[in-house]
Amino acid sequence: MVTLGCFIKRELRLLARQKADWLNPVLFFVIVLTLFPLGVGPEPNLLRLMAPGVVWIAALLSVLLAAERLFKDDYRNGVIEQLVAARQPLLSFVLAKLITNWLSTGLPLVLLSPLVALLLNVDSAAFAALALTLLLGTPLLSLLSVLGAALTVSADKGGILLALLILPLYIPLLIFASAAVEAASMAMPYQGQLAIMLAMLLFALALVPMAVQSALKLNVS
Amino acid sequence: MFKWLHPLAKPETLYHFCRLCYPWLMAAALLLLALGNIWGLAFTPPDYQQGDSYRIIHLHVPSAIMSMGTYSAMAIAAFTALVWQVKTAQWAALALAPIGAVYTAIALLTGMAWGKPMWGTWWVWDARLTSELILLFLYLGVIALSGAFSDRQTGAKAASLLAVVGVINLPIIHFSVEWWNTLHQGASITKFARPSIDASMLWPLLISILAFKVLMLALLCLRLRTAILVNEQHRPWVKALAGER
Repeated sequence: MVTLGCFIKRELRLLARQKADWLNPVLFFVIVLTLFPLGVGPEPNLLRLMAPGVVWIAALLSVLLAAERLFKDDYRNGVIEQLVAARQPLLSFVLAKLITNWLSTGLPLVLLSPLVALLLNVDSAAFAALALTLLLGTPLLSLLSVLGAALTVSADKGGILLALLILPLYIPLLIFASAAVEAASMAMPYQGQLAIMLAMLLFALALVPMAVQSALKLNVS
Repeated sequence: MFKWLHPLAKPETLYHFCRLCYPWLMAAALLLLALGNIWGLAFTPPDYQQGDSYRIIHLHVPSAIMSMGTYSAMAIAAFTALVWQVKTAQWAALALAPIGAVYTAIALLTGMAWGKPMWGTWWVWDARLTSELILLFLYLGVIALSGAFSDRQTGAKAASLLAVVGVINLPIIHFSVEWWNTLHQGASITKFARPSIDASMLWPLLISILAFKVLMLALLCLRLRTAILVNEQHRPWVKALAGER
């Protein structure tokens, strides 16, 4: 527990010093969302129809943008190698990465969701669903992007490869999240979709940290 | 079982085993393919509703089944490689990836060709079609990841890990026609009941499925042999083999 606290403190300090790492993805999210009304036209009903899908796709892309740099610096300056060589359990390092990754990319998206709802003309019922799906879904996005980043950390061309690896895994989440928001905007119950998202999150939470650990180990061996 | 399998973990033994199996498997695959397809395409009665265009089933269903079957084989091999550190299992997993990718592509393309006359469209964003497309992306991801590292061993391990993670998609594809109400029809053979397809059409279809399966094994033998030679090129037995020819 002590080491987990230390790692979290270290990650937060790094994030506070390199603000571009977490500010850029958030800015990217807002920019993509403002581009959509310009691209498809500012018709309010059309925007309301498209809002769930657009918001979720923007969220996927911005998380992906943040994922690429997740382990790169630690790999280059040898932190990961030292942790593996010192036979330290990597789990607390991985958990700290996960938690801080969600705090720096997932949480801002949840906090921005009222603004997004305002921009895309989403009514209040659908807004509640949108905020809930973002709250349940962004931790899962963080889990999968940490896994992708760990797999490709020593690869030659990480960026596009990362997208190819984790976007297919994001698709089930995208389907259920936009279905939930759509159901909410038609005043239908959407607890079922939320329950499936929660199940996916818990399942990933149980297994992904282990996979990340072994991915990091095989990248330095 | 383990006593029988264990010697095969040694690359040299496996190489000779594959060399022994390959001609038989390939001959059987070609024979079964010819039998299943000629029977299915020429000698089965036309469907009462779809006429002759249903005959593409003899390519579509076997390749779709084997796209998932190859993925599970690849995932099992990858899991074996990761847990018990069996090098040959890792090569087998990577050898299976392109085979599975091609099966998936065949399933998608024949499905599109079948969808055009029946549903009136090449493509719909239906649950089964979409999840099969995701399967293709997963295969491509595994192939791309294995080639992305300067160290071949790291790439193989990373690709194995991804293959194991992607298993999550298999139940989604298989049950997509039951979970979501879709345009794609439900399962007619792989269910615990009498198949909802007439026996005169079922037999050639089963032969085609078997043919695709044997073809997968034959191609696996061929690709695995190449992989063993590439990875063991510095070993004396490979040098002796290259010298004698």
